[in-house]
Amino acid sequence: MSELLQQAPSLGNTLWFVLAAVVLLAVLLGFVTYAIYFERKVIGWMQLRIGPNRVGPLGLLQTVADVTKLLIKEDTRPKNADRALFTLAPILAYAPAFGVLAVMPFTESIQFADLGIGLLYYIALSGITVLGVITAGWASNNKYSLIGGLRSAAQMISYEVPLVMSVVGVVLLTGSMNLREIVEAQRDMWNIIPQFLGFVVFIIAAQAELNRTPFDLPEAESELVSGYHVEYSGFRFAMFMLAEYVYMFGMATLITVLFLGGWLPIIPQLDFIPGIIWFILKFSAYVFFQFWLRATMPRMRVDQLMSFAWKVLLPVALFNILLTAVVVSYQSGMF
Amino acid sequence: MNQNILTTHVETSSDTGIRTEEMLLNVGPQHPSTHGVFRLVVKIDGETIKEAIPVMGYLHRGTEKLAENLTYTQIIPYTDRMDYVSGMTNNYVLCHAVETMMGLEIPERAQFLRLIAMELNRVASHLVWWGTFLLDLGAMGPFLYAFRDREKILDLFNELCGARMTFNYMRIGGVKWDAPPGWIEKTKEFVQYMKKELDSYHQLVTGNEIFLSRIEGIGKFDEKTALDYSLSGVMLRSTGVNWDLRKNEPYCIYDRFEFDVPTGTGGDCTTRYHLRMAEVVQSLRILEQALEQFPSEGEVLGKVPRVIRPPAGEAYVRIESPRGEIGCYISSTGKDKPWRLKFRRPSFTNLQILPKLLEGQSISNMIAILGSIDIVLGEVDC
Repeated sequence: MSELLQQAPSLGNTLWFVLAAVVLLAVLLGFVTYAIYFERKVIGWMQLRIGPNRVGPLGLLQTVADVTKLLIKEDTRPKNADRALFTLAPILAYAPAFGVLAVMPFTESIQFADLGIGLLYYIALSGITVLGVITAGWASNNKYSLIGGLRSAAQMISYEVPLVMSVVGVVLLTGSMNLREIVEAQRDMWNIIPQFLGFVVFIIAAQAELNRTPFDLPEAESELVSGYHVEYSGFRFAMFMLAEYVYMFGMATLITVLFLGGWLPIIPQLDFIPGIIWFILKFSAYVFFQFWLRATMPRMRVDQLMSFAWKVLLPVALFNILLTAVVVSYQSGMF
Repeated sequence: MNQNILTTHVETSSDTGIRTEEMLLNVGPQHPSTHGVFRLVVKIDGETIKEAIPVMGYLHRGTEKLAENLTYTQIIPYTDRMDYVSGMTNNYVLCHAVETMMGLEIPERAQFLRLIAMELNRVASHLVWWGTFLLDLGAMGPFLYAFRDREKILDLFNELCGARMTFNYMRIGGVKWDAPPGWIEKTKEFVQYMKKELDSYHQLVTGNEIFLSRIEGIGKFDEKTALDYSLSGVMLRSTGVNWDLRKNEPYCIYDRFEFDVPTGTGGDCTTRYHLRMAEVVQSLRILEQALEQFPSEGEVLGKVPRVIRPPAGEAYVRIESPRGEIGCYISSTGKDKPWRLKFRRPSFTNLQILPKLLEGQSISNMIAILGSIDIVLGEVDC
């Protein structure tokens, strides 16, 4: 596939380019549909409920019904909203979340673009998602939205710093920013062991980046009703939900690639199981972890959230970089 | 409403030229965390609250006025709908007031049933508080665990009086229904079950670092303020005042049982959290003793005249509801209907301190503080 993707665009292969993107989008929508179902089921069981079980067998069509409902809803727009920005915001939130998936190596063969700076691309692009949120908050002309949007901007920018810092350790160990090489370098040992500190910082910061419990302040229901998307309805609202889950998909992929050895088996003897199965297993474990947190954790307070990012996570991440740098240079015979 | 709150301060920084503006935020009456239809107008500077004004009355039904045209027995169902989370205590306060005026004797068995019902209701009420408080702080799980256990209490009530929330259980001179066969045993089982569940509550929530750091030191006030604002219940006891009407002015048969009044000195949300949890333990303790001593037989409704006519005069009684001191004042002219009826509702009185507590707090703290007061809007608006 990579040969195809590395060709210069021409009339003949443009169709293939588009088709590949559509297939990825379809896979993604399938994931989002069933991630929501899975989330509701898991949280339901953890909270003594049943979860969706009415629409279709075992409630499997629940999300489909929900999306249909959103699609046929009236598209309302507040009277004093900034029309252009209001329309643009959901797209701004969604596009980068989808765009980051281009560099993700799902297995050895399934990867859309094998960039040398894949990791940097991910970080750069994911930094844009905050724009969608803050635009939505501003354009809605609603006080709750505004507070939610601003909280979100502060939070996502603050947590991006430790997030980026925590992956520097991995880059130092591997000596590359290419995601495929990072996975290949984990043949002997997954990065989660030598980079445990980085892993912990990453997983916490990722939670904040994704606006999920216990860092779901931007959409804190009990405080801000639902934060930045309080004025959105119908499909625009669906776009925000979609962006949230797609971003989660991206984050889960990244964490699998960076720390959990991507498509590599847990021990080399289990090599006969296809890489994609391993990938899905690790990926699902992380997604499950997120739902688990959501079912058990209360929400943090906004001031504590900030001081936690700057006073705890960032120093730990920096310490991790220092430690990794010292070890790496010691191993390469610098001392 | 105070008009001053409507003028917001606009300021332009002389260094940066950035214009900043205070903002009016309307919290409620359809806000998810106001526990009903409570409205709060807050003036905020960023996320800091400068001023807050509670606006109440969205659920006002004129219970007190309606009562003037009802016979005393007919008023009882109206009291269920005041503090709908703890209907039994409301039932009791009205019956207690009328009984005090008429000097009625209550049969032993009825006294026990009343006490058991009230204490069960106190546990149920605190469970609702615990669940919703955690829900306000963003934890969804505890809410459902609390409601599972509250459900068991409601089932017990259902067997006892055929209703789950609006009981209409007590009557002047006793209670309407006797406990069905096996009910006492079931309640005994529940008490043991609840004790175990409480431990798991503590494991899930009380040790949670995020939760503790969120409520530590916020919504703080001292003893003098509490007394000045005429607070009662946990709001008062959290400042170190040992005042529980079950102990200080025993009513019903509370003087026969052994229990402690949990008191804290912190005066903040954390103290109130721990006090309510401790109160559940004490209620279970009372229940255990009461169920053990429950008389095997006897009347549940005393000798009451067919038409209830308290003598002319007035009476005020007060008891300890889960939220604080609930009082009932009756002014009678010797007729079968009260000339004037007045309830002192603890939620309403406790809520008055809110604007003072909110000043200078952030919006997230606002939710925690409001939650820790434990109001029921049906009672606030009456």
